[in-house]
Amino acid sequence: MLFYAFAGAAVIGSLLVVTQKNPVYSVLALIASFFGLSGLYVLLEAPFVAVVQIIIYAGAIMVLFLFVVMLLNVPREDAAEWDRAHPLYRPMAVRIGGALALLLALELAWALSRTAGLGGGVADQHPAVSSVAELGRVLFTDYMFAFEVTSILILIAMVGAVILAKKKEE
Amino acid sequence: MISSSFDAIIPMLCVALAGLVVLLAEAFRGRDEKMPIGGLAIIGLVGAGAASILLWNRNATSFGVVTADNFSLFVNLVLIGVGILTVMFSSQTIERDGIPAGEYYAVMLFGIVGMMLMGQATDLLVIFLALETMSLAVYVLTGIRREQQQSTEAAFKYFLLGAFASSFFLYGVAFLYGVTGSTSLDRIGTVIAAQSMSGNPMILLGVGLLIVGFAFKVAAVPFHMWSPDAYEGAPAVVTGFMSTGVKAAAVAAFVRVFLSSLEPMITDWAPVLWLIAAATMVLGTVVGVAQTSLKRMLAYSSIAHGGYLLAGLVAGNDVGKAAILFYLAAYALTNLGAFGVIALLGTRERANDDLRDYAGLFKSHPALAVLMTFFLLSLGGFPPTAGFIAKWYVFSAAIGSGYYGLAIIGVLSSVVSVFFYLRIVVMMFMTDRDARPVPAPITTVAYAGLVLSLAGVLYLGVLPTAVIDFAQASISTIF
Repeated sequence: MLFYAFAGAAVIGSLLVVTQKNPVYSVLALIASFFGLSGLYVLLEAPFVAVVQIIIYAGAIMVLFLFVVMLLNVPREDAAEWDRAHPLYRPMAVRIGGALALLLALELAWALSRTAGLGGGVADQHPAVSSVAELGRVLFTDYMFAFEVTSILILIAMVGAVILAKKKEE
Repeated sequence: MISSSFDAIIPMLCVALAGLVVLLAEAFRGRDEKMPIGGLAIIGLVGAGAASILLWNRNATSFGVVTADNFSLFVNLVLIGVGILTVMFSSQTIERDGIPAGEYYAVMLFGIVGMMLMGQATDLLVIFLALETMSLAVYVLTGIRREQQQSTEAAFKYFLLGAFASSFFLYGVAFLYGVTGSTSLDRIGTVIAAQSMSGNPMILLGVGLLIVGFAFKVAAVPFHMWSPDAYEGAPAVVTGFMSTGVKAAAVAAFVRVFLSSLEPMITDWAPVLWLIAAATMVLGTVVGVAQTSLKRMLAYSSIAHGGYLLAGLVAGNDVGKAAILFYLAAYALTNLGAFGVIALLGTRERANDDLRDYAGLFKSHPALAVLMTFFLLSLGGFPPTAGFIAKWYVFSAAIGSGYYGLAIIGVLSSVVSVFFYLRIVVMMFMTDRDARPVPAPITTVAYAGLVLSLAGVLYLGVLPTAVIDFAQASISTIF
């Protein structure tokens, strides 16, 4: 039951993000969605991830988002203009996209309807890694290489952001 | 359980180190000081090549998630070749276009690290990280000419679509993890083989999502939409780099995942990939015929080439695996050479990549015209060049597995593709040039790069046995 509450919060939150016309409301809805997600993590017996989700995403990153949105003073989207100019409102695109979305929904329903007898997911094979100490141990043993590669990934992202955003030299 | 040996990652470490050195060199460079930054990049790449050759036949593994088997070492050598040639072509064009050298080479080298890791990783999580490392580098390189609207637009489109594709890939990894309890390819393979999971909808969903992620990176139909825009908007050298490097890395990981751990399910995914391969070959060729921009045309041509590579994957036999490796080497040399010529003919203001810009090229730049002709013939698959042997090898693999239809579609589409390759050749040799901006004279380094790729193309075309043996030895140790 709790699962449906949290999952519903997450889905409705993310739906609101894309449908709101005022970007500030979008950001707030995204925070609500993140809270729903972190509730799901708690249900999955991963309290550390849940806390990190709140602190880092809902806390730090979303505050930055909110600052940027407010500082840039992004204007409200003009509904009429949006309807006319946006490619998503072309009838052909809507029809094809709608058909594809329907197909995806059908496939998902098919897959879910046949998984009832599956059982035995990951939890049966792996003892839950929930404590921070245990998580740290796993991170620096089994996943050490992945952890180190992430540093190169972040380095590239940083260098790339600087290249694309810095002022042109005269 | 965890081997902490560093052997298998030495090639990557060489390139990553070179990237850091390049970045630092740029940081400490005086405002007008000249530095041979491209040279530093080449030193790192050559070191990685030497390390790859030394690791040959050793089957080293590191940290349990990276392997240096002969398959990945072959791919490494191809990628290193791509890197060295790209640096040689870049030496002229980045100065001309005012691209900051240090950042450019650093991002390129880190991108190569990601590509090498794609081929070497044996864990889906690490493959994902490698995919992201490679992709981020290429997004940045695509948009590195910020003052050009087209370049920025291309980078933005590529970034948005690429992020979506990555999330599909990650979702697929999550499903496979959910069913098998592991992200390691070996474990997944064992679990799937032991429990005959092929009817399990969760695993089918996971495999389908993985196909989406990989097909996007290979630019296979229907996930090819980004590539004409991205290839046209990026600087020509970068286009050459990403159309060969990214494709080689993605195909290598594709082959490793689908022909090792997902091999027990080959009857499930082979029909899907059959369709994708056929559609990719046909669409890449047919739409390519209608293009007037040379870069865009070669973008569609490289989509079609992705289809030929997938045909080898569908075949799934030993010939097919070796054929894919040979095809990657041949295609990398040829396509880089062709984009190198385009890059060298551009000027800062104009890319000069319209078909009409090539009218009468033989009169103004006879050497470039001849080089370009060889590259185009190889792309089309004419006999004395690498492209012929590569295509022949892939199609014979498809026939060997009984996929006659796929082989016929492939042969027909390469016959059609000859039309648009030859159209450029005719343009270059038989029409006159009207007044157009003449590009700067071409430096020795860039010429050497072109000659080097031509030598490779002809070597693979005339004396392919050595490399074919090499490719066969590469696949014999795994799978």
